[in-house]
Amino acid sequence: MPEILVQLFGLATIASAIRAFVPLYLATLGGVFNERSGIVNIGIDGMMIFGTWFGAWGALQWGPVAGLLTAVAAGVAVAAIHGMATITFRVDHIVSGVAINILAIGMPRFLSIVAYGQGTQSPQVPSLPKIDLPGLGEQSIMVPVTVLLGFGAWFVLTRTIFGLRLRSAGENPRAAESLGVRVRGQRWAGVLISGGFAGLAGGYLSIELVGLYREGMNQGRGFIALAALILGNWSPIGAAFACLLFAWTEALTVFLRVDWINNAFIQSLPYIVTLVVLALFFRRVRPPKAVGQAYEAGSPV
Amino acid sequence: MATEATEVTGDGPSEARRRSPAIECRGVTRRYAGVVANDQIDLEVAEGEIHALVGENGAGKSTLMKMLYGLEQPDEGEILVRGEPQVIDSPRKAIELRIGMVHQHFMLVDAFTVAENIVLGAEPDKGGGRLDLEEAERRVGELARGFGTPLDPHARVEDIGVGQQQRVEILKLLYRGADILILDEPTAVLVPQEVEELFDNMRQLKADGKTIIFIAHSLDEVLQVADRITVLRDGKVIDTVAAADTDTHQVAEMMVGRPVLLRRVEGKATPGGPMLQVKDVRVTAGGKEVLAGLDLDVRRSEIYGLAGVEGNGQAELVEALVGLTIPETGRVYLDDDELTRADVRTRRQAGLAYIPEDRHARGMVLQMLVSENSVLGVQERAPFSRRGLLDLKAIRRRAVELIRGFRVKAPSVTAPAYALSGGNQQKLVLGREFASKPKLLIAAHPTRGLDIGATQFVWQELVEARDEGVAVLLISSNLEEILALADRVGVIYDGRIVAQVRGSEATMSELGLYMTGARGGDEEPAA
Repeated sequence: MPEILVQLFGLATIASAIRAFVPLYLATLGGVFNERSGIVNIGIDGMMIFGTWFGAWGALQWGPVAGLLTAVAAGVAVAAIHGMATITFRVDHIVSGVAINILAIGMPRFLSIVAYGQGTQSPQVPSLPKIDLPGLGEQSIMVPVTVLLGFGAWFVLTRTIFGLRLRSAGENPRAAESLGVRVRGQRWAGVLISGGFAGLAGGYLSIELVGLYREGMNQGRGFIALAALILGNWSPIGAAFACLLFAWTEALTVFLRVDWINNAFIQSLPYIVTLVVLALFFRRVRPPKAVGQAYEAGSPV
Repeated sequence: MATEATEVTGDGPSEARRRSPAIECRGVTRRYAGVVANDQIDLEVAEGEIHALVGENGAGKSTLMKMLYGLEQPDEGEILVRGEPQVIDSPRKAIELRIGMVHQHFMLVDAFTVAENIVLGAEPDKGGGRLDLEEAERRVGELARGFGTPLDPHARVEDIGVGQQQRVEILKLLYRGADILILDEPTAVLVPQEVEELFDNMRQLKADGKTIIFIAHSLDEVLQVADRITVLRDGKVIDTVAAADTDTHQVAEMMVGRPVLLRRVEGKATPGGPMLQVKDVRVTAGGKEVLAGLDLDVRRSEIYGLAGVEGNGQAELVEALVGLTIPETGRVYLDDDELTRADVRTRRQAGLAYIPEDRHARGMVLQMLVSENSVLGVQERAPFSRRGLLDLKAIRRRAVELIRGFRVKAPSVTAPAYALSGGNQQKLVLGREFASKPKLLIAAHPTRGLDIGATQFVWQELVEARDEGVAVLLISSNLEEILALADRVGVIYDGRIVAQVRGSEATMSELGLYMTGARGGDEEPAA
């Protein structure tokens, strides 16, 4: 096989892409929930960062499984701030999201100093045992879990009463409210689920992928997840394909080496592909109609 | 009286309950910040009747309906449902009391299917919170049967017509077991044929024992379908009359408080030569030809009424005329000037004025002052500006002129435009456009959302402009308006004028056939 094909589609590249896929897809799934319920969450990136920190910290205290759960809890807690701001106080969703992302710059450093005596890194943390997946190499047990969560998210959104109501809150909250659907409750559910997924994505990064917390390790994955959300047309299935594409370009930054392409360009591939793909597909997708709009119900919570 | 008493004793309490009204309001009062929206309302709606509620904008109809549906609570008075006093504090409570409401602006989730929309909030459960869509579709199919034309439960709401969407709204109520139905201006969005179908459906519902309360603007329609009519004015009930014992004039007079005539306004002027000429204009949007070689001319001193169901190219035609889009082919002439590719400002300077259909989106800047809005579009001309600086005094003077001349009720010229009611905003836009002394006036749905008084005013102004020699292109989906004003009527269907008749000879049913495409554009346009 020619070297370039190995670099593009060889086992090492694919295995690496799958590893990159997990956090991206988890975060995107979260995004699907908050956006379909009508809340914009650009704070996903910040929620992931909190997940990376608390995941590592929890794993140090109680082991990797508890670490992942701690990460989920941290994501949910930060999401509650976003929910409080956007749903209860009707703050602009973008403003609240930006605030969370800024919080995620300063807060983990402070926590690190308190917990580890230094600001940027945690000690090595325990990981889950790896499993050997045919054709995909040695992977975290989180890989099959993520696939299951993807199907679960799809099932919940399209096949359950909860999913129908959640989507109605994001499409036409007034109509939903007039039929007795509790719009604010649905939106709270969407935001908290989103935070849980983002936290889990962050926990995977620190516990499973790297084995410690390091400042900046999230590398803006939350923002790429937002792009995957759009490219995947706000559907868990579509998002899976979008995330596979972005994860593959991320793997290429490691494995693709071509003489006549500047390496800096290859390093920025995930971001370039994100921009290009969004520019090409943005007009073809259909966002939830009422996403980002504050909803003032006839009766407050 | 005596017979009634015997009946009650004869058949026991159940008979008495059956005889109590479906809805009864006793002394219901509702105030907003000092304004009394509903003042000691007494209303009785009998079970199984179609009860119409009419009144001008701001008369208190909506407030009253909102209280019946639990969106608002009365400050005083009580509401009895089927004879029992009830506190209706939420739509959920109203639904429990089997009261349902179809809002004027539909409450539908466009991306959902018909079935999903109907069952939302009361979904059949397959167990464990799983949505039972088959069961939902089966029940919806059952409900829809025997109720108008067939309705596909799998169709997405955004893909079906307005009349069908309205049926989805009604089915939503029936699915929840409602037997008191409140319809808020249900005919406002429909073409005549759809109105007929709606009325058939309403009579069907009545035959099934349902009680219907509906709000309407068109008195002809009210008299056609209602059993009784309650007239509201300034928050008070003026009277409740049986439809059989009254006529439009009497009801209109009760509504307005003075005699009104909303009928054909014959002009003094005779149309002159062509002022606006549109030749073979084509516009494509989203891959679809929305204007398919449209020809049109409007003469001096003529009101040309363009009738049509919305979405048949009216919006695109207006945009092509005022310069917001440039057509792919064809030509547009105003008087002797060709304006096909001219920009908006050039067109306005050439004598074009435009009353947009959405005064909030295009007619005015709501956040800006009344005075500033009075000169929008002419602000760069003398006397409103000189050497690039605004002359605030001249602007204010113009605003005062408009407010006086067009009877705009505004707190002051320095109030923001959003402080004005819809009717007064429209009068201000109208005044501004007239003040530019246009050759051609394009009026798109100029009375939408206005009450009878304001409508009458707008109509008079349009007729006066016509009599002064202005060519008026009136675009309206309200056929009564077209028939009342137009010297010539054209019907637009699928981006083309498919029929053209003299205004005095046009009839509603004939226009309706063209509007729905039931009669095609193969015949030569006459007149």
